[in-house]
Amino acid sequence: MYDIKALYEAESVQDACRLLTEHPEAQVIAGGSDVLVQVREGKRAGKELVSIYMLDELRGISIDKDENVRIGSLTSFSNITKNPIIQEKIGVLGEAVNMIGGPQVRAIGTIGGNTCNGVTSADSASTLHAWEAIIEITGPDGVRYEPIKDFYIKAGTVDLHQGEIQTAILIPKSSYENCFGHYIKYGKRNALEIANIGCSVNVRLSDDKKTFDRVRIAYGVAGPVPMRAPSAEEYINGKEITEEHVEQFGKEVLKDINPRDSWRGGKQFREHMAVVMAQRALRESIKKAGGDVK
Amino acid sequence: MSIDNGYPDVGNKIIGKSFTRLDAHDKAIGRVKYVDDLCDKSALCTRILHSSVANGIVKSIDTSEAEKIPGIVRIFTCFDVPRHYFPTPGHPWSVEPSHQDVADRLLLTDHPLYYGDDIAAVVAEDEIAAAQAIRVLKDKVVYEELPFVLDVHDAIKDDAPLLHPDYPGNVLAHTQIHQGNYEEAIKEEGLIKVEGWYDVPTVQHCHIENFECFAYGEGDDRYVCYSSTQIPHIVRRCIGQALDMDWGKFRVIKPYVGGGFGNKQDTLYEPLCVWLSMQLGGRLVKIDVPREETFVNNRVRHGERFHIISYLRKDGTFAARKYEAWADQGAYASHGHAIAAKSLNAFPQLYPCDNIEGDAWTVFTNKPVAGAMRGYGMPQGSYAMEANADDCARALGMDPLEFKRKNLMPVGFVHAFSGNELYSDTFNQCFDKGDKTIGYTKKYEEYKKPQTGDVRRGIGVATFWYNTAVYPIALETSSCRMVLNQDGSVQVQLAETEIGQGADTAAAQMTAESIGLTLDKVHTVSCQDTDVTPFGTGVYASRGTYTLGFSVRKTALEMKKRILEYAYELTRMQPYIMDIIDNNIVRKTDGRILMSMKELATTALYSRDHSVHLTSETTAHIKTNAFSFGCCFAEVEVDIPMCRVRLLNIVNVHDCGQVINPALAEAQVHGGQSMGIGYALSEKLLFDQKTGRPLNNNLLDYKLSSFMDHPRLVGEFVENYEPTSAYGTKGLGEPPVCPVAPAIRAAVAQATGCFINEIPLSPDVLYKNYVEAGLIEEEGGEH
Amino acid sequence: MSERKYKTVHFTLNGKPTEKNVDVRASLTDMLRNDYRMTSVKKGCEVGECGACTVIIDGEAFDSCIYLAVWAEGKNITTLEGLMGPGGELSDIQQAFIDETAIQCGFCSPGFILSAWEILNTGKEYTDDELRKLLSGHLCRCTGYENIFRAVKKTMLRRLGKYEEAEKVNDQAIVDTDERKPFASLDPTVQA
Repeated sequence: MYDIKALYEAESVQDACRLLTEHPEAQVIAGGSDVLVQVREGKRAGKELVSIYMLDELRGISIDKDENVRIGSLTSFSNITKNPIIQEKIGVLGEAVNMIGGPQVRAIGTIGGNTCNGVTSADSASTLHAWEAIIEITGPDGVRYEPIKDFYIKAGTVDLHQGEIQTAILIPKSSYENCFGHYIKYGKRNALEIANIGCSVNVRLSDDKKTFDRVRIAYGVAGPVPMRAPSAEEYINGKEITEEHVEQFGKEVLKDINPRDSWRGGKQFREHMAVVMAQRALRESIKKAGGDVK
Repeated sequence: MSIDNGYPDVGNKIIGKSFTRLDAHDKAIGRVKYVDDLCDKSALCTRILHSSVANGIVKSIDTSEAEKIPGIVRIFTCFDVPRHYFPTPGHPWSVEPSHQDVADRLLLTDHPLYYGDDIAAVVAEDEIAAAQAIRVLKDKVVYEELPFVLDVHDAIKDDAPLLHPDYPGNVLAHTQIHQGNYEEAIKEEGLIKVEGWYDVPTVQHCHIENFECFAYGEGDDRYVCYSSTQIPHIVRRCIGQALDMDWGKFRVIKPYVGGGFGNKQDTLYEPLCVWLSMQLGGRLVKIDVPREETFVNNRVRHGERFHIISYLRKDGTFAARKYEAWADQGAYASHGHAIAAKSLNAFPQLYPCDNIEGDAWTVFTNKPVAGAMRGYGMPQGSYAMEANADDCARALGMDPLEFKRKNLMPVGFVHAFSGNELYSDTFNQCFDKGDKTIGYTKKYEEYKKPQTGDVRRGIGVATFWYNTAVYPIALETSSCRMVLNQDGSVQVQLAETEIGQGADTAAAQMTAESIGLTLDKVHTVSCQDTDVTPFGTGVYASRGTYTLGFSVRKTALEMKKRILEYAYELTRMQPYIMDIIDNNIVRKTDGRILMSMKELATTALYSRDHSVHLTSETTAHIKTNAFSFGCCFAEVEVDIPMCRVRLLNIVNVHDCGQVINPALAEAQVHGGQSMGIGYALSEKLLFDQKTGRPLNNNLLDYKLSSFMDHPRLVGEFVENYEPTSAYGTKGLGEPPVCPVAPAIRAAVAQATGCFINEIPLSPDVLYKNYVEAGLIEEEGGEH
Repeated sequence: MSERKYKTVHFTLNGKPTEKNVDVRASLTDMLRNDYRMTSVKKGCEVGECGACTVIIDGEAFDSCIYLAVWAEGKNITTLEGLMGPGGELSDIQQAFIDETAIQCGFCSPGFILSAWEILNTGKEYTDDELRKLLSGHLCRCTGYENIFRAVKKTMLRRLGKYEEAEKVNDQAIVDTDERKPFASLDPTVQA
């Protein structure tokens, strides 16, 4: 039994916006795998909740008229992994969310919830950053769009205004076309794990597959919110695919990241892992793109 | 073998066969009931208020605001409870005061000794109201904060805060072993000194069913308590002691239990639950412990520090050895020094040596209470002893397996105190079998060659010392009752509880074998009720199958005697020329079936001539004990830059004497291996050094191994019939966990050349060590 | 005190349509255990880690502890009680758990059996690593997962008509370490 002050069940997106406007203190609950745990812990006990879980209109993955991959915010992790559009266009996202918790949590957890809680360890977040996702936000005044890097304000806080909910995540065509990526989640066990650090890399290679045309890398738990590593990207873009460049790419990330020291993992250790993971994820991405490291 | 009463001895028709466990069907359909399943919905809920200081005095708790919350029934604080200090451990009680367990617990305490100690209890109509009251109460406690200490070495310093005035230096107990003359022996020329400090962490049992109990009044001032426990009769006694009332006023009922592993070999919240019910006129009150509190407010495994020095001769023999251990008891005595003493006593036995100096201290700290956990000190001790043995082999340049074979307890070894004897060449037989299964010798040679690259492999082997049951340290007794039903089937009742290990099935197999029934004609009464169940102390110390065997056998043979004597009345055949075979009374001279058990039983109960209820009930007071040895082989792959160990293969081989049920025995080995894998690689309960607050007391942050962290598990046996045992069997519940961590440590060390002396070998520990060893550049990544 | 509000939910439980007026604060575990006495649904952690409370909702395994009871509206829910046939017949996977000694204390078993049932109902053949991943939402302290693995793999093979292969499962417990495989956690090919 959860200590919930009141549960308001939204019947549509507009209804959800209305309920959130009427109940400014209320917390949105999507799948609940984070919110209910926090209610139980006492952090969110005794609060009002607006449930959007039953809004099937927010589920599903499609290609929209601009050829964006459009992921409804309530799409569960398991459905993302199984989805053929994801598998074809941005397979690494399906792989990343397939490392969250265990299968039952992946059945309830939603990608919207994973990004709206503003947590740096969210397994989808680094990949969405590395693929420059666009967040679709619907509010009482209509729909607005925001790049994911701006959506994250600080640890635990995202850019949702009064009455707004996140309704979709878009991956633009320019972001996925000819791109291949790899995600490494680092934890102490192989399942039921929270990322100690997560690294998502994707590459677009030159036509002859000898040069890095564009490399993007993002981390979870390398800072208070998921983050890109611009120095590393700048270093490698345009360079020939060689082992030396791959190695240096990893080392460059240290200019960008700032992991914290906690009992879950030391700063130095996380920095070491960030470097190794950058190198390994890059090698794997090259392989997926049909390239070869000299 | 022969027995003295002239009746046939047990055979091996049913013993040694993999019968399906008796409760498997009901568990597969979800029909078995655990404590929570039996608790009526009307029960009042209890939540405990835990201290937010690691040491302090509760000056006051203002309950007025919390009491206003709708649904609150009563709030009881540490100032309301009776001040009868009581002991909790699942030990047989001693009638001699000097051997009695330490009585240092109150139902609720005004002097919390660890962060999370129990200082008040809220009883409410529902769990939400109770939780709300707890949140309010948290800020209403006034403490006088006292300094606290978390580390055993800090706790024994002169200026350390003292937890219990009766235990100066925070030392609960200190025992010693002296053999020969260590100081003289180390003066021998040309000795090699191998010294190590070995650290093992605090871990928790993590049975999937959390502890729960509920209580209500019955009749005239009697109270019933249902509990998820391994030790119902002990719990009854402890409730009586806690409340200073006659023990017979309490009836403890143990239904199915979702795992215990030693945590439920302690009296937990049963006395408080009964007391709360008593204060509320006998109303039904339950205490269901949330997972987070299971980690902190039940029991944990003792973290321990070891210091071992071995002086070796060049021929690979020991000249002298020193052993020191400091066990972290946490805040209260619980099982006390028994855990540290067990591994101290094992030290001179596992690798006998003429000159030994051994010391073990059990030290109070301001942390959760350590108690019994599968292995009872030996996963800790085996880790240190085997790590040091591996370090010795390395110093000598010997194959560790060869070194161990050379130095382990020899056949014929007799331990003077217990009388335990190593009758068979168990160690070598287990090593040989495991070597063959995993291919140790070949792989050891292969992995010994210099390895380069990020991913390297190694293999290790470790053994351990273990014994069965608690004789001669404490009482060993088992009582059994058998009742013949109208149809010739038999009920068996024992106090050795089924907690998942398969005790009920083993008891049924023994009964069937000894009486001459097929297994389907034996019904073990699974749930213990202290009003009904014959007296016994429960299951712990890997004693179940060994000790219940004695009482089952004695009772079954008496039952059989009565059956055959009654058969004489019906057949005019002398009892001694008859036997019971496959549910029939058979004349031995010609094998003729004289009558079925069903006919006999029905006649016995309904006869107008001579009606009798055929039953038997006996007690076996056991004054033996048996070694139970084995080994573990582990093969690993270490990804050095990723600081990850992947366990590739694991094989345990055990000699538990006659295996009663091979499938169940193998399953016991798997469980022990699994717990050992977590111990070696991932599990550790962490505490905030500034406050003593536990940091990872939940199943996300405490890294119990998942399905993906295990390779296939292999458990094998060598069967040397144990001569002291009723059915040739001996302890198996705990031994499988003991050798796993040192075997994995040895394998990781072989792969990397880096011998790490602490577990778990988690990524942060590997990182620290690999940076020190130069295997990883401090800042760098792969190269 | 939070408001005690009730809502009627309509759903199908173990093949039978039902409705219940339920406290909106209840988890699905609470409703199934308290209102329907489906006591195979176990509480082990209440935060979605241990998997003991697993039920099948519209064909997919969920942790019922972190699922609000009101969300059951319109759903088709199966608990372990629903796997037994009308005459008490066991499903093949339940029988396999019994035969393989995959049950000890039994507390994690209902959840495990339901996840296994879902996995097997896909009719696919999975690799060992895939099976481990698919079953990884459950914690067990008794079995080391070994006999559970055997039960699920054997049943999978038998359903695919591979009876001889099923018989060999127990004997394949030592991996040939000449084949180098990457860490499962880092291997993107391991997918549910």
